[in-house]
Formats: sequence, C-alpha cells, structure tokens
Amino acid sequence: MDYTKIEKKARTHKRAGNIITYILLAFWAVIVLFPFYWMVLTSIKSYGAYNSEYIPKFYTLSPTLQNYADAFTAVSLGRYLLNTTIFTVVTTAVMMIVITLAAFAFARLEFRGKNIVFILFLSLMMIPNELVIITNFVTITNLDMRNSFPGLILPSITSVFYIYLLKENFEQIPDSLYYAAKVDGTSDLRYLLKVMVPMSKPTLITIAILKVIECWNSYVWPRLITDDERYFLVSNGIQEIRENGFGRENIPAMMAAVVVISVPLIVLFLVFRNKIMAGVARGGLKA
Amino acid sequence: MKKKLQNSGLKAWLYLLPAILFLGIFMVYPLIDVFVYSFEEGYNSASQTYWGVGSYNYSYVLHDPYFLQAVKNTFLLVIITVPLSTGIALLISTGLCSIKPLRNLFQTIYFLPYVTNTLAVGLVFMILFKKTAYSDGFINLIISWFGGNSVDFIDGPYWAKMFVLCFYTIWVVMPFKILILTSALSSVNQEYYNAARVDGTSRFRIFMRITLPMIAPMIFYLIITGFIGAFKAYSDVVALFGTNLNAAEMNTIVGYVYDMLYGDSGGYPSYASAAAIILFAIVLTITCINLLISKKVRR
Repeated sequence: MDYTKIEKKARTHKRAGNIITYILLAFWAVIVLFPFYWMVLTSIKSYGAYNSEYIPKFYTLSPTLQNYADAFTAVSLGRYLLNTTIFTVVTTAVMMIVITLAAFAFARLEFRGKNIVFILFLSLMMIPNELVIITNFVTITNLDMRNSFPGLILPSITSVFYIYLLKENFEQIPDSLYYAAKVDGTSDLRYLLKVMVPMSKPTLITIAILKVIECWNSYVWPRLITDDERYFLVSNGIQEIRENGFGRENIPAMMAAVVVISVPLIVLFLVFRNKIMAGVARGGLKA
Repeated sequence: MKKKLQNSGLKAWLYLLPAILFLGIFMVYPLIDVFVYSFEEGYNSASQTYWGVGSYNYSYVLHDPYFLQAVKNTFLLVIITVPLSTGIALLISTGLCSIKPLRNLFQTIYFLPYVTNTLAVGLVFMILFKKTAYSDGFINLIISWFGGNSVDFIDGPYWAKMFVLCFYTIWVVMPFKILILTSALSSVNQEYYNAARVDGTSRFRIFMRITLPMIAPMIFYLIITGFIGAFKAYSDVVALFGTNLNAAEMNTIVGYVYDMLYGDSGGYPSYASAAAIILFAIVLTITCINLLISKKVRR
C-alpha cells in the first residue's frame, strides 16, 4: 500500500466529480440558451421553408432577412418599439427625480414625524400591485387618460423600495460635507445635485437600469389601459401580433419580431452585467 | 433658530411632496377603495351605483367555477414549481461554486432569462411545444426519439398544459434563485470547509452539515418570495396560452381578477376586488406559515 496510489485514486475521484459538475452545468446552459437559438434560427428561415418542415431542422442553409422586413412593414412593430422607448425613458427619468428628492428628505433633512412617515412608506412595500391596480384602472379611466402616455406612466413613477435603497446610500455620505457646504452658504438643493448625486452615481445607475428592465417588460398595466393599437407597448404588441398579425401561421415573421424586442435588453445586460446582477442580488425582485 | 428649524421642516415636506402625492393617489387610496368595492353589491361601473352592502361579492367569487379552476391551477403551479426550482437552483449553484474555469460564462448565461420579455420568450416556448397540422414541433420530435407518442402541449390535455406552464415558470424564475444562492454559497467561511476536510469528512456530509445550515436563511427567503411570485403568476400564462385563459382552462387567480375587470368578461370591479382580497389573504397566510416554520427550524 503506497502513498502515490492513494493520491492517484483521490485525484481520479475528484476529476470524475468535476466532469459530472460540468455536464450538469452545460446541460442547464443548453436549456437556457436553446429557446434563444431557436428564435433566431426560425426568424431567418423563409416562410416557405419553415412550413414545409414537418420535422423541424436544427439549421438553415438559406438564411433570409425577409422576415425582419415583414415584421416592420406588415405590423406596426416600429411604433410599438417607439412607444416602449418613450414610456421607458419618461417613466425612469421622472421616477429618478421623485425618489431622489424623497430619499434626500429622509436621509439628510430633519423634520417632525420623519420616523413615522418613513415607517408608513416601508409598510407600503408589502402591498401587492394586484390589490391596487383595480382602483387605478378606474381612476385612470375616470380621468379620461386611457390610451395616453400619462395614463401609462403616472401609476409607476414611485417606488418605495428604490427610495429605501437610495436613502441607505445617501446616509453613507459623511455629515461633515453637509456642514461644510452649509457654512459656505450652499442651498440644500445645490448640495443634493452637486455632492450627493455624483457620489451616489453607482446606485443611481443600478436603480435606473432595473427600472428600464421593468418598464420594457411591463405587460399587465399597459394591457388594461390601452386598447388602441397606436399606444401599444412591445409586450402588448407581441400579443397582438400573435392573435391577429401576419395571419396565424407566419411564425418566422413572429420570431423576427421577438428577436427585435429581445435584443435591446440583452445588449443592455451584456454591457452592464455586473451592475445588474449586483443590483438584483440586493433584492430587486422581478415585478 | 426656531424659525430656521420650522423652515427646514417645511422644506423637507416639499421634497417629499411628489412621492407622497403619487403614493397617496396610486397606492393608499386604492388600498382603501378596493375593500369598499369588494363590499358594494351589484356595483355598476357605467352608472357608478350599487344596491347594497354585504359579502355577496365574496360568495359569488367563491362559487364561480372559473375562480375555483383558477385556484386549482395556481395551487398546482405553486406546489410544483417552488420546491423544484429551489432544488434545481441549489444543485446548479453548488456546482457553479465548485468550479473555476468558465464560471463567469455560465453565470452570465444563467441570468439571461431575467432580462428577457416574458411575453416574447413565452411565444418561443409555445412554438417549441405546439403541435400543428404542419409539424409536430420540436419537443414532440425529441419525444419521438425516445419512442413516445406526440402530444399537443398547448391545446391538448390538462396535464400537458400544466407541464409546459411549470417548465416555463421554472425557466423564468431560475436566474434570480441561482444568483441569490451562488452569492450566499460563496460567502460561507472557507475555514469551516478546511476544518471538515482535515477531519476527512465526505463531500456529501460537508454539504448537509455545513453548507446547508449556513445558507438556510437564504433558502427560506427564496421559498417565501417563490411562493409569493408563483401565486401571482399571470403574464407567463398569457404568453403560452393567449388571453382567453378561461377557455384554455388555464386561468390563474390574478388572471381571474383581470378578466373580471377588463376584456370580454369584464366590467365587474367588485368581483375583481373580492378575488384580489382573497388572493392577498391566501398569500399572507402562507407567508406567515413559512415564517413560523423557518423560525422553528432555525432554533
């Protein structure tokens, strides 16, 4: 019984374990990636080729971009994209202003009842969206704001969770900076814009990205509040395309639309990978 | 000095004003209003009148076969997907933490479903699983390789539809769970492992005795958020089966709420409110039970 033999055995054991781990991980990676592969593949198959495949093929030898042209001409995909971009940009921008002001008040200013108000804010985090959406639907309808951008945007421009996140961040900025600014006669607003916002840039960017993802994917509220195709966002657009567009069987064109809708967020994710993953890990649940 | 303080107080309220205004109109007021709606019997949204106050709306909803179907679907979905997705995520994260090369690549890939549009990718799943007159579809192709019979997963038998829904739900929730578990696993102190290794403890035993207890709080967190998320399932169901969920026998509780509010069967905010409150009560009860169990286990 010698030492080298035992060591060798242990090493092969470990290697076998590693191989199994890699097979498992690769298997899940295939499950995650396959739908993406299939949607790109289908989107470059021609209509005729796709429908003649009784047994679906895993590759195509004659790729075409015709489906992408169809996606933009036969249905108003361009308009859906434009609407979603407007909705996303305006909602995120206005929300950033609202939450920055609120977080500043909680983190920096002193006023009577601050703790009670903050606890009331936090308790609102428990309220599920499904409970308040009913009245919001009625409110927006009564205000005659259905099929309009204000109607789409207004209910989603405050987030208690992001106010909380930002307040925590603002509180890490040392008090001495604030007093120094006060001595210099800097106003609160100026201090917020020139000192606090630049110093909290990483958190602000993370919040903005998470909000953009949420806006781009939102479905329920836009569906309730818009029935005029001119105000559809991409999620509703894709549902509309599925039920009425192209004729039911033009699946390659549908897949081209799906690719166009998915690409912006995937690019955003690849660019800001670390920020997004760190932000989500801090508690950003998919809304 | 006193005047200055008051000034600052007023200013603070000014900074808070937009947030309070929007939260008041779109969260606090609706929260009260939804209870009011749920007790107004025979509410008519066109004339905004009602003929009585009572619990009729609740009893209507609880006797509606569509609602009962939705409750059954939602509970099945929750019971199947929450344990499965948490278990698989644990398996994958453990694997992920034990390797070095390619780890970043795998992590990036696994996170992709989080940033994709649920409706859009749901359409891809529908096409993979659907059986049409022209083609049996991709999944049926795989089934036929193993000698099985083809099934229509989208318009076919109930269990097949449930299977696709569970599969897609797990696919969608996985990124969040893997992310949380990998960061929990990598924050476990390495010294515990080294000590165990010196004692010659087996890999499995290390996992059961050290890793699992250390990350238990995170697992409970995932189970609770998983329950809440699965109870609110809606858009993934629409992505797979279209907007007419009652006809597909695939409606969920949230879907029932929205159907009551809007669409071909809509115009009944009172029924919608009652159903939403029942959902909230269910979620609250289950969250409390979960918290109690997790407290007991940790003790």
